[in-house]
Amino acid sequence: MGLISGLKSSLQQVRESLFTEEEQKRIGIYGPPNAGKTTLANRIARDWTGDAVGPESHVPHETRRARRKENVEIERNGSSVNIDIVDTPGVTTKVDYEEFLDYEEFDQDEAVRRSREATEGVAEAMHWLREDVDGVIYVLDSTTDPFTQVNTMLIGIIESRDLPVLIFANKIDLDDASIKRIEDAFPQHETVPLSALEGDNMDEVYDKIAEYFG
Amino acid sequence: MPEAKASDDGGVQIDLISGQRMENLASMEKIRVILDGVRDGNIVILEEGLSPDEESKLIEVTMTEISPDEFNGIEIETYPRSQTNDASILDRIMGKEETAKLTVIGPANQIETLHKDETLISALVSRK
Repeated sequence: MGLISGLKSSLQQVRESLFTEEEQKRIGIYGPPNAGKTTLANRIARDWTGDAVGPESHVPHETRRARRKENVEIERNGSSVNIDIVDTPGVTTKVDYEEFLDYEEFDQDEAVRRSREATEGVAEAMHWLREDVDGVIYVLDSTTDPFTQVNTMLIGIIESRDLPVLIFANKIDLDDASIKRIEDAFPQHETVPLSALEGDNMDEVYDKIAEYFG
Repeated sequence: MPEAKASDDGGVQIDLISGQRMENLASMEKIRVILDGVRDGNIVILEEGLSPDEESKLIEVTMTEISPDEFNGIEIETYPRSQTNDASILDRIMGKEETAKLTVIGPANQIETLHKDETLISALVSRK
């Protein structure tokens, strides 16, 4: 009897884990440093789970480890999509510790430590992209030129892996934001404007997340 | 490798590497050729560029080699992929994905991109 109930329990666990793996998609939030990835991750997590993902900052490379928020259930039009969101460190091809010294709060040791962690974080983000995400939200600061090599390379890498991708033009609350500049840079992908900080246009953001990753 | 050492008179060495030279190298060998050149202070120009997967690994390996006051990373520029030339799924499966695109790579503290669009890359290269 104990053996049978144990077997049933094991089968149930296997079924649940299979079901979970099938349903749960890991959506990586990617983009250059300071695009507002963590602000967006926190906005999504707070809206649907009540918790934040990590600290936000104006200092580049504040996020130096990939952070996953599991079981974010987004309800749209009577149905729901369940995703894990993975907030990743901003991707770059260079890190100079002296740039951290521009911020008063950091001395040399702290700047060196942050730059070392930032490089590890970028490597980690690339690894996640190659191995562990099922879809990508690519966040860009709509007040800056999107036509950079890092953006071109990352979009190319994402496309080569056939991952579904949505481009989010963030910071539209700022005066010099240009959504069109981002649409023109990546016309092959859908661009969704938003302000993660102010919560502007989040309804469309969630509609698109459900449409692309549901 | 016949790459010359960085010149002593303050000039900047440029290595133009043909597609033929790179085609038989494994991904990590290509990355090593690039980073060894760049870490010597050279500008490396690839006739045919890297695949997206190799670009991803180049970023990852570059990050592991950055160290304060020694190596700040790389500046890399390529033309964007043309939408009309995208490889078909069959081509990708057959390994025929078109990656040929001129690529310029240099030390981050010596090369600065002045302008870039779909047909032109303009860069300023400074001495060490």
